Amino acid sequence: MAIDMNIERQVLRRTETSAEEIVVNFGPQHPSTHGVINFVTQTTGEIIRRSVPDVGYLHRGLEKIGELVPYPGYMPFTDRIDYLAAMFANEGYALAVERLLSVEAPPRARYIRAIAGELCRISNHFISIGTMATDIGAATPLTHALRERESVNDLLEELCGARLTFNCHRIGGVAYDLPAGWGDKVLRFLDHLDSYVQEFDRLISFNKIYVKRLANVGVITRAQAIDYGLVGPNLRGSGVKWDVRRDLPYGAYPDFEFDIPVGTGRFGTVGDCWDRYYVRVQEMLESSKIIRQALAKLPEGEIMAKVPRKLKPEAGEAVGRVESARGEMLYYVVSDGSEKAHRLRVRTGSFMAMAIIEELSHGIMVADLIAIIASLDVVAPEIDR
Amino acid sequence: MRITLGLDSTSLTRRYPKLAILATLFMAFALPAGLYLAALAIFPLNTPERIDATVDALAAWCGRLVGADWQVHLAGSPYRYLVYTLFLLLVAFIAVNYAAVFGGASTWVERRVAGRMQSRIGPNRTGAAGFLAWVADAVKMVLKEDTIPASADQLLFRAAPYFSMVGLLLPFVVLPFGESTVVTDMNVGVFYAAATSAFVVVGILVSGWASNSKWALFGGIRGAAQVLSYEIPAGIAMMVPVLMAGTLSMQGIVRAQGGWPWEWFVFRNPAAFVAFFIAVTSSLAEGNRTPFDLPEAESELVAGYHAEYSGFRLAIFLMVEWANMWIMAGLAVTLFLGGWQVPQFVAEDYARLFGTGLPPSLGWFLLQVASMLIFIIKTWALVFVFIWLRWTLPRVRVDQLMSVCWKYLVPGAFLCFIVTLLWQMLVPPVGMDYTGYALTLFALLVLGKFLVDTRRNIAKVKGHRVDLSNW
Repeated sequence: MAIDMNIERQVLRRTETSAEEIVVNFGPQHPSTHGVINFVTQTTGEIIRRSVPDVGYLHRGLEKIGELVPYPGYMPFTDRIDYLAAMFANEGYALAVERLLSVEAPPRARYIRAIAGELCRISNHFISIGTMATDIGAATPLTHALRERESVNDLLEELCGARLTFNCHRIGGVAYDLPAGWGDKVLRFLDHLDSYVQEFDRLISFNKIYVKRLANVGVITRAQAIDYGLVGPNLRGSGVKWDVRRDLPYGAYPDFEFDIPVGTGRFGTVGDCWDRYYVRVQEMLESSKIIRQALAKLPEGEIMAKVPRKLKPEAGEAVGRVESARGEMLYYVVSDGSEKAHRLRVRTGSFMAMAIIEELSHGIMVADLIAIIASLDVVAPEIDR
Repeated sequence: MRITLGLDSTSLTRRYPKLAILATLFMAFALPAGLYLAALAIFPLNTPERIDATVDALAAWCGRLVGADWQVHLAGSPYRYLVYTLFLLLVAFIAVNYAAVFGGASTWVERRVAGRMQSRIGPNRTGAAGFLAWVADAVKMVLKEDTIPASADQLLFRAAPYFSMVGLLLPFVVLPFGESTVVTDMNVGVFYAAATSAFVVVGILVSGWASNSKWALFGGIRGAAQVLSYEIPAGIAMMVPVLMAGTLSMQGIVRAQGGWPWEWFVFRNPAAFVAFFIAVTSSLAEGNRTPFDLPEAESELVAGYHAEYSGFRLAIFLMVEWANMWIMAGLAVTLFLGGWQVPQFVAEDYARLFGTGLPPSLGWFLLQVASMLIFIIKTWALVFVFIWLRWTLPRVRVDQLMSVCWKYLVPGAFLCFIVTLLWQMLVPPVGMDYTGYALTLFALLVLGKFLVDTRRNIAKVKGHRVDLSNW
């Protein structure tokens, strides 16, 4: 029997429909789906009966490409997996291939990776919390967040020449050393950031309407979060203190002291949309702490390990796990001894977050669905790859 | 190759840079001022007797110019209803143009203010300071194809914008712009304004239904539920000034207030102070402004009830939305904030300056202009607050919207109504004077605290710079 690929028909078939119910496609082109995703939503007016995410509109075969190009040549493609947090996509791939090759990046390169990564996390979280405010209906926080993100982008542009798709890391190190005087610029920005986050809180985080819209909405319990394999801020928003940087340390992270913010249910239940939102706000301050420590302790030395010109790892498999801005990002690379990977697989945070939306969608309101999608911080290219 | 027509605006303004500034000054000041002066000249002649007298006097004056003795007795003429109709059309023309110009200009103000609030620039290319952007927008929208979806209800889809348009224009009839600048001072003015402004929702509901689109239907139904609910607190809160003035006539309510802030109704009575905020909140909800912009919530419903509209019909919807701010703010100013009242001038001064016979003295005209300016400044200030709220607050959810209305605003408005009844019966006028001083002082203290807090909060952020060079 042929499989029916029309998800709208599937939704209709799986639930009995009455005259009052309509099926609405939230997407694939919709202002608050954060990319090309479709949420097939069965609804009776404002109350949603169920909403099924329909993914795959942005599938570009990035994993297959990884099996077709040589190892170093795949680095620019990883940027496109998650264009808002490309540093982590670079880093995860580099880690996996380095383990295949049994080389390790020199200490200075590891520190540069941490600094660039945490700056990228700040820039990503600004987009995340800004678009979330826009989805809730406040237009101004997004532009303020974008203004701050511009400063981060300027810094990263100075570091690696790109503002979005960085292609900054290399297998065995990083491509560029820190420019002269760059550290002071970063510190100046961080001073601004630490005080600016309070202004952002006054502007939107503790706004009465905003809190009322998000508290007790889309509650993901601790058990649910673990069962559905949520990662990153979505998992920590439910009160699970799990962070790859601390629990499976990699790179330079064992050298740094930092907290792991978790959801506390400050205005409602632990694991509601506001908790996930505020975990991201706090993570920016933690990133700021990490960058300050890294800049203070930055070791001298090489930025690239000795790697052969042609990478031919021995047959085997390796895993690279990093804490991306959207949670754990896992690269699984299988080598058959040739110049290209035999198999490459990427596991991303956004994809894990999609599954729980149907579970949360029973009986919520249309506006809540938008809040839940925004609070899970999904990015369409990262879901589909 | 770039093909330029004779009237290419960019090449014209590039060749004559001062043309842009002149055009801007004309559109920004001369056009509204001309409309105001036309209103000042025409609106006071709003009774048949005055039209008769004016036409007779004009004919005699023209006759003297050419040396003939022209006698027109319009009151007895068979053509007099034709003249009255022409007069009414002229009045309507002025009011419609004013609504359109305000609607357009306020989009520019909104975009510039929003730009400043959001650390960006906003439109600054067309005309000086980008003021002509709204003219360019209007031209663009009028030139676009007016598409009608094949599955839409053709008749209702075409008709819906006009319902909204009627709902926008009818309240202009009773809205007093100045001491004698009102089309007609009905004795049921407040009731009429509340009733006709609700026509806008008919357009929203009809467009939502006729578009045959799910998003539009969502928007239409939300709009209907929202506006009908918020009519109730708005209506009851509007009754508070009616009780205080003892009349439903708009001009009567303004005349019962004074020019100084402590003589405004909002400060004369604690219940009216609360009722003012209830009325403004409800009118924001009726005008679909943030935080109550649910019928066209972009992040939820894409564009809501006007999702399927384009071209001129969309332009009408947008014009109604922005020009409605003038009605909302104008009503609040008239009912609570003293309307056009000039400080230190009382009704006898207007009568004394008018003198006997037509035309009135120059002093009277100057006083009229002053009263209009005061009304305009107050209304623009309130419009600015609406814009400010829109770019600050998030949107409420539809159930929260309803609970705010039915659980808080409706009982609150009833309470204000009853307290005002008791206040009017029990408190002597001198007590109201002292309440006026006290509440004015309170409002000033709140304003001062707000400014101090803002300053302190701005200073808290390190490395912040406000760049004003891009105006």
